[in-house]
Amino acid sequence: MKHVIIGNGPAGVVAAEALRKADAAAEIVLIGAEPEPAYSRMAIPYLLEGNIDESGTWLRKTEGHFARLRIRELQARVVSMNTTQRKLLLADGQFETYDRLLIASGSHPVRPSIPGIDLPQVQTCWTLADARAIASLAKPGTRVLQLGAGFIGCIIMEALAARGVELTVVEMGDRMVPRMMTPKAGGMIKQWVESKGVRVLTGKGVQRIAPAGANPGLLDRLAQAVGVGAKSEASGLTVTLSDGEALGCDLVIVAAGVAPNVGFLENTGVQVAKGVLVDSRMQTTVAGIYAAGDVAEAPDLLTGAHLVAAIQPNAADQARVAALNMAGREAQLPGVLAINVLDTLGLVSTSFGQWWGETAQNGGAGTELVDSANHRYLSLQFKDDVLIGATSIGHTEHVGVLRGLIQTRTRLGSWKDALLKDPNCYMAAYLASAQRAA
Amino acid sequence: MQKSLHIDANKCTGCLQCEMACSYENHGVFNISKSRIKVFNFEHAGRKVPYTCTQCSEAWCMTACPVDAIRIDAGTGAKAVHEDICVGCKVCTIACPFGTVNYIAETGKVQKCDLCGGEPACADACPTGAITYVDADWTGLDKMRAWAGKTDTQPRATA
Amino acid sequence: MAWNRKLLRVDLSKGTCKAEPLNMEWAQEYLGQRGLATKYFVEEVDPKVDPLAPENKLIMTTGPLTGTVASTGGRYSVVTKGALTGAIACSNSGGYFGAELKFSGWDMIIFEGKSPKPVYLSIEDDKVELRDASHLWGKTVFQTEEIIKSSHQDPQIRVSSIGRSGENGVLFACVVNDLHRAAGRSGVGTVMGSKNLKAVAVRGKSGSGGALKDAKGFMAATKAAKKVLADNAVTGQGLPKYGTQVLMNVINEMGALPTRNHRDVQFEDARKISGEAMHEKRPTDGKTHLVTNAACFGCTIACGRISRIDETHFSVVNKPQYWGASGGLEYEAAWALGAANGVGDLEALQYVNVLCNEDGFDPITFGATIAAAMELYDLGILTKEQIGLEAPFGSAQALVELAQMTAQGIGFGKELGMGSARLCAKYGRPELSMGVKKQEFPAYDSRGIQGMGLGYATSNRGACHLRAYTVASEVLGIPVKTDPLVTEGKADLVKAFQDATSVFDSAGVCAFTTFAWSLADLQPQLDTACEGDWTMEKLALLGERIWNMERLFNNAAGFTAKDDDLPPRLKTEAAKTGPAKGLVNGIDKMRPEYYKARGWTPEGVPTKETLDRLGL
Repeated sequence: MKHVIIGNGPAGVVAAEALRKADAAAEIVLIGAEPEPAYSRMAIPYLLEGNIDESGTWLRKTEGHFARLRIRELQARVVSMNTTQRKLLLADGQFETYDRLLIASGSHPVRPSIPGIDLPQVQTCWTLADARAIASLAKPGTRVLQLGAGFIGCIIMEALAARGVELTVVEMGDRMVPRMMTPKAGGMIKQWVESKGVRVLTGKGVQRIAPAGANPGLLDRLAQAVGVGAKSEASGLTVTLSDGEALGCDLVIVAAGVAPNVGFLENTGVQVAKGVLVDSRMQTTVAGIYAAGDVAEAPDLLTGAHLVAAIQPNAADQARVAALNMAGREAQLPGVLAINVLDTLGLVSTSFGQWWGETAQNGGAGTELVDSANHRYLSLQFKDDVLIGATSIGHTEHVGVLRGLIQTRTRLGSWKDALLKDPNCYMAAYLASAQRAA
Repeated sequence: MQKSLHIDANKCTGCLQCEMACSYENHGVFNISKSRIKVFNFEHAGRKVPYTCTQCSEAWCMTACPVDAIRIDAGTGAKAVHEDICVGCKVCTIACPFGTVNYIAETGKVQKCDLCGGEPACADACPTGAITYVDADWTGLDKMRAWAGKTDTQPRATA
Repeated sequence: MAWNRKLLRVDLSKGTCKAEPLNMEWAQEYLGQRGLATKYFVEEVDPKVDPLAPENKLIMTTGPLTGTVASTGGRYSVVTKGALTGAIACSNSGGYFGAELKFSGWDMIIFEGKSPKPVYLSIEDDKVELRDASHLWGKTVFQTEEIIKSSHQDPQIRVSSIGRSGENGVLFACVVNDLHRAAGRSGVGTVMGSKNLKAVAVRGKSGSGGALKDAKGFMAATKAAKKVLADNAVTGQGLPKYGTQVLMNVINEMGALPTRNHRDVQFEDARKISGEAMHEKRPTDGKTHLVTNAACFGCTIACGRISRIDETHFSVVNKPQYWGASGGLEYEAAWALGAANGVGDLEALQYVNVLCNEDGFDPITFGATIAAAMELYDLGILTKEQIGLEAPFGSAQALVELAQMTAQGIGFGKELGMGSARLCAKYGRPELSMGVKKQEFPAYDSRGIQGMGLGYATSNRGACHLRAYTVASEVLGIPVKTDPLVTEGKADLVKAFQDATSVFDSAGVCAFTTFAWSLADLQPQLDTACEGDWTMEKLALLGERIWNMERLFNNAAGFTAKDDDLPPRLKTEAAKTGPAKGLVNGIDKMRPEYYKARGWTPEGVPTKETLDRLGL
């Protein structure tokens, strides 16, 4: 049996290891498109901060790890595939056959269609190559405009701030991390970030990016005439916002979201919505082909709606289930649970599951505790007596049980009322109801 | 045979010697806020419950780590955080459904129970035998079930 | 080092908090906690001060072993001039608050002045602030702790607070921490209330013990000392199993269980309210009263009782908030609420005990005040109309209702809130108050345990068993057995206990360790933890120094030898039953011997020679 895995990010690596554990004899090929050893994009911010060097981003640090597991690493880009012949066409013209295939090709950053988005001083922050480019451009005092303050944007922001740049963040949504945080929590994060010297502009988009000194548009000229526009500097850029404000900067970082890498799946029979559609066994619409990680679109644990949950714990869970099925074992993942943790310049926040809650008609109830002065926040959302979502700021102890409670759909019984009254006792509620400890 | 921490909450008096021992072993100070084992108080049930990582076989923390900083210790079987590798991304703290991996802001790293390399300080410090380090070939789930224990064996005062 | 070397001074009048270095010269002479805080207190406060005036101060203080692995190393004390007594007050408490205060980086907090409005102090390591407590005023101890933990979003915060009794001026209000541990005696909570200080909330993330003098030696010394506790029959077996309630039947059999305001020395229903009874299954629900034993921070004895009231008992019918487990009964409360009033209803006693915790008042003084009121009622001096209900000895109903009235400051509860001395004086029978220096006796009748009478009479904080627990020697034979029925040798015995206890109270450990530990067991723990050279001689002298310092303060406050006396009942009405039958307490014989042993004048004043010897 020959297993081929497209993508050597966390999903690909975990799947390869799980396959080897499940099937000692199988042939396993792990394909990665980038020249570096399998690495973690999540570690890039820490590389930019200077906490680690490039080897610190590697997913496996033991010398010869993959060879020891008889996992063949192949640097190649898959351009298309033939599902009847079970054959992949690689960018160098070579073919690779498979018996079972895992699509773990991940995702890529989206570059919104804005004039000037392809200028050399406009960078995404996704690959090690990106990181090297940013490291060379973002020096202390460099004026950086970051486009997007979603989850990834916030992680990058931490690294940029640590590099001592002068940072402005522009976010289309009405708050920071709008797809992960409640309005209140997003507002608290914004307040915190601003207090640390980052300028945050929410509810605004970028209209145009142009080299400074290039022919400015009419609005820019007007703005500069009345003295509110940015000063042109020879090497810099001028970024024009949706409200007409023009900002001077030296570097634009685009963190406006990611999209699954599915281009090579066109006309293959593998159905793609936003990502590759999979069932609870992580199998795609084509038998023998599986998908996991950022590229996969699986049913949400709580709502049942298909979603792409781009976070490593999910990638690892999906990869393990996919691998077991590929090896002929039975394994299912009842659904994806969206979980996130963020550190914005020292303020730690988390969100879990259906953090926005459920309507009262559907049995929903929730509670929100806010202490703005001390930067602490906790929101718990229930459906009947089951926790379905949570958001926190400033809580770093035992937060994992929020996942535990949601994932196992623990019936809270009388603890639900206790939690509605004082959500802080979630650990006690967990021990009592999930572990029957009291 | 591999050993594991066995916790009998019925014997716990809530003295927190385990938490002090843990923090002293790992941080060189008596500082229960940094203990990897925590005793939870159920006031109205009159119950104290020591709680820490069971070194579960699923090891969600380990697979969630993006930089291979959590690894299995060959001697004890513990899932141990390698502080020199940990970048402090905290993903393991939300991945562990048991809530037993915590972020320590001062160090910028996460921490969890690593069985003290085979001589758990908490078990040594426990005056009542509520925490013991015993031979076990159970899975994490079995440990968890055993640990949940009986709930109504009053009175529990020791003789 | 074992000290944090840092104290927090809070000026409630101005609303300021500031850090000060701890006076380390004083630390060498007074160690910590009781000794060191009292040193600060006597240096800074006029002995004549009205206890409830803003000029009085209140100190919360830890010892060098607080917040360490030393067994029972979680104690803290509240030092002030007592509202009940007008004497120096130092009330000691366990639970977890003291250790948390130590972990937050402070050794003690000195509160001065009076806040113009209710406030509470929030401490998170160096982040210290006075916060508005208007939403907490009028709330119970239980509610206060719950609200603070919830609003701070931190269940690990430790809270020390006063209940409604402390707000209402009940003169024996406590400062309660961790729901049911209390700095209980002398009205320290009343002083806190007079300052409009509702609570102190602490979260300590700094830890302690990072630079002990000899860390390895300390770990070995504390381990050895823990073994001594474990191997001892009292601390290793009796206290964990029965708690202090192990004493109820023992003391009753000795004829030393004060009953019905000390009219009797044995209680016919003692067994019903004993530690053994707490282990028996109730006929109503088949459960035992006792749920479990519990430890305070760091304690390897775990004498604490956690109990559950019978849901069908009249006191808690339709009150589910009292059906859960809670702290108690300990021996002193069981005696004061029970035998002292002739009440043999265990469930009623626990309910009232919970009220004492919930609203923060001292069950010993409260129970003894009820006893006095019941005697006044029995004598026809107080009527049903005045009290609002019938209050004969033995009435659990009266005990329960009067406790509720006292907690909330309703009706006759306000008069009970004055304590027995003022109550009896008001109704013209001051001699019926069973106490010394306006503070009521605890649970040992000094006709049956003679040394305790001298200990009560000379205790610097008014009648108290914890200043010189000669019960250890006279009843249990620790460290040597002495005859409880004779006065011979008791002066020296009391002095030795008083001095040694002063050291334990200043170290951060629990007095109950002394059932097993002598100073020789404490000394190596201190010597390895604390910088300096802590010899047995230094500690013995330190204990005596603390005692004399407190005495000097009281003398300057206006106390004289006349106040070192027992009520006439104990000197003239002989015990009617038991081994002490026919005996009164020989205080008038023991007192002069004691003064002599202390190196004091016949008027009870330390001589210059004594002061010089002690460096005072």
